[in-house]
Amino acid sequence: MTSLIPLIPLLPFAGFVVNSTMGKRLPKSISGGLASLVMVVSFLISAYLVWQLAQLAPEQRLMTSTLYRWIASGEFTLDVTFLIDPLSAVMLLVITGIGSLIHIYSTAYMHDEIDSEFARYFSYLNLFAAFMLVLVLGSSFPVLFVGWEGVGLCSYLLIGFWFKRKSAADAGKKAFVVNRIGDYAFLLGMFALFAMFGTLEVRGVAAQVAAMPPEAGFGLLSLATLLLFIGATGKSAQIPLYVWLPDAMEGPTPVSALIHAATMVTAGVYMIGRNAVLFSHTPHTLTIVAIIGAATALMAGTIGLVQNDIKRVLAYSTVSQLGLMFLAMGVGAFGAGIFHLYTHAFFKACLFLGSGAVIHALHGEQDIRNMGGLKKYLPVTYWTFVIGSLALAGVPLLAGFFSKDELLFETFAGGHQILWGIGALASLLTAVYMGRLVFLTFHGERRHDAPAAADAHGHGAHDAHGSASAKAAADKHGDHGHGAPHDAPPAMAIALVVLALGSVFAGYIGVPAGLGGHNELGAWLAPSFAAPVEAGAVAEAGAARAEAAAEAAEEHEAGEIALERTLMGVSSAIAVGGLLVAWFIWIQRREIADQMARSFAPIHKLLLNKYYVDELYDATVVTPIQAVSREGLWRGVDIGVIDGAVNGVASIVDAGSMVLRRLQTGSVRAYAGSLFIGVVLMLGYYLWR
Amino acid sequence: MIPLSHYLVVSALLFAIGSAGVFLRKNLITILLSVEIMLNAVNLSFVAFGRFNGTVDGQIITFFVMTVAAAEAAVGLALVIALFRGRESLNPDAFTSLKW
Repeated sequence: MTSLIPLIPLLPFAGFVVNSTMGKRLPKSISGGLASLVMVVSFLISAYLVWQLAQLAPEQRLMTSTLYRWIASGEFTLDVTFLIDPLSAVMLLVITGIGSLIHIYSTAYMHDEIDSEFARYFSYLNLFAAFMLVLVLGSSFPVLFVGWEGVGLCSYLLIGFWFKRKSAADAGKKAFVVNRIGDYAFLLGMFALFAMFGTLEVRGVAAQVAAMPPEAGFGLLSLATLLLFIGATGKSAQIPLYVWLPDAMEGPTPVSALIHAATMVTAGVYMIGRNAVLFSHTPHTLTIVAIIGAATALMAGTIGLVQNDIKRVLAYSTVSQLGLMFLAMGVGAFGAGIFHLYTHAFFKACLFLGSGAVIHALHGEQDIRNMGGLKKYLPVTYWTFVIGSLALAGVPLLAGFFSKDELLFETFAGGHQILWGIGALASLLTAVYMGRLVFLTFHGERRHDAPAAADAHGHGAHDAHGSASAKAAADKHGDHGHGAPHDAPPAMAIALVVLALGSVFAGYIGVPAGLGGHNELGAWLAPSFAAPVEAGAVAEAGAARAEAAAEAAEEHEAGEIALERTLMGVSSAIAVGGLLVAWFIWIQRREIADQMARSFAPIHKLLLNKYYVDELYDATVVTPIQAVSREGLWRGVDIGVIDGAVNGVASIVDAGSMVLRRLQTGSVRAYAGSLFIGVVLMLGYYLWR
Repeated sequence: MIPLSHYLVVSALLFAIGSAGVFLRKNLITILLSVEIMLNAVNLSFVAFGRFNGTVDGQIITFFVMTVAAAEAAVGLALVIALFRGRESLNPDAFTSLKW
């Protein structure tokens, strides 16, 4: 049974191998079909294994499969081991399940590409999934890191998929470089852990840490976890390394869905969840995590309010939601964070694929100012998009409500009222910008031209490229003409409907006690966040812990449920209120939005330009590095030192030869004379020494 | 009986005369002749040593040297003729083109 585990990442990898080597000669139906098939099979295997896992007692839910010994150096050994526990089970289902839907959707979305490009796209997509699965299955830091780097590589390849467009190539590079910065910190964190514990097994580290008291000051352990967290900010797009994610829009839309929902950005949250024991022993790092998460949630939410590119709004919404997940992680509510990750995967994939369907229908148009009134042309897309938006906004009884509510409740109950306030504000912003997005895209009159072309240019190069690609796509779709936009083709519609259903029902595995439910997911995940126990002590410890938990639960229950219900009311009010505000502004009184933009012009401009963070990084990091590279490394080291050394040796030899060649007179008698003198000297030396 | 040292002195004198001729004369044919004198100086000392030691080794080597000298004279004269055809001169200082 455990021998099936390696198949989960290997199947997508096999798909990658086939598509990357033979893909050029395969028709689209085979290359796309194969890529989707391996994902579906991988999903079925995962589901089977998770079902098997669920049969075990909660304390024993652990399956491992050791492939081979990777490193054996003196006392230190490291095996390549895959591990399924409740946490990686959730991640496996999200990655393979939503990944499969995105693959299926892509077969329709990418159909305009030529065969070889189509195969290249699917080979990258499969490789992405394979690396992400390695990441969540790895039982030790180095194996996790292999997946961690692999998804970074694949995001580069996929974001820059249309590499002939400069903006796409630049976005790919940006994603890769920003991720590398985080990866470097992650590596350092890994080294620090190894120096402290002498092992790189996640569970081994957790077992040793569990015996230690939480670190009171900011010591080595805190530093190590902080470094790991910096790695997470790179992968999961948090302040200060979030800048790559909004630019990742340059890739094909399903790739955005894959990066934002199923893979990549969830890696950082997962990594913290995986090391829950370690992180809970470093309260200072956790505080930093929570503050960064809350700040990111708020900042990205405000930017999302004013963006005009449909995918860009969603991108900032992802950054904002990830901020909320980190907020949960930071207050120690690991289960709530993973719960939000899981529900978010459904509705964010649904929204991105929906936006892809809109863009597909409008031949590449991405500016929501040029949309409107699409409701009647794209019924499937419209309804699934609305469901996704409502779920994301946190409207009661949809998936996002349960997870966001749980997350905010845990924050408040943990005594972090200010952070809760920020989180609630970010949720309000979420509701408003999602309302704006839906109303501007699907409701009102059909608009064709951006209200002010100059504005679009002032806003950055990306919109400009958007219209360029719109033209290109329109040419490709020439036979469709400019008639009514057509709704999503079947392969896309299926994925949208399934994800919309998920957005409705996914939350019901974590119904809070306040609504008379029981948080199944929280209980399921709990063993993953606790320190590993010795095999013999498992049953005892399990019983003891269950008892303790039950007692604690009873004590707190009455007060907590009241609090939870109050907070639930608040967040429902926030979600509905936000949507109403959006409805009032963008449906009833469109002029209010323009008036507000005018009266708060400086703020509006600040938000439209994303707080000028890109410009700031450009001025403080990119330009200096380029200057140092050009003047110091290129002109100084490369031309000066390296070329100088080579050319210098050559000139020394040249100068020496100029002197020595004087001896070569060409006169036979001079040669004979030197020969004679030489012989005499040698003989003289031996005779008279 | 004439002692060995007398032979060796004669041999050394012949060798000195020969090498002086090689270095000082400016005619290629004279230089070749001087080389022959040097070879014969060496031959004389070989034969003298052989006689003095009561072995035939010195005489055998002398035969070899005479054979090689004959070959050398043939090749050397051929070269001199070829050089003379090229430059109309027998002065070794005229042949300095073999330099950088």
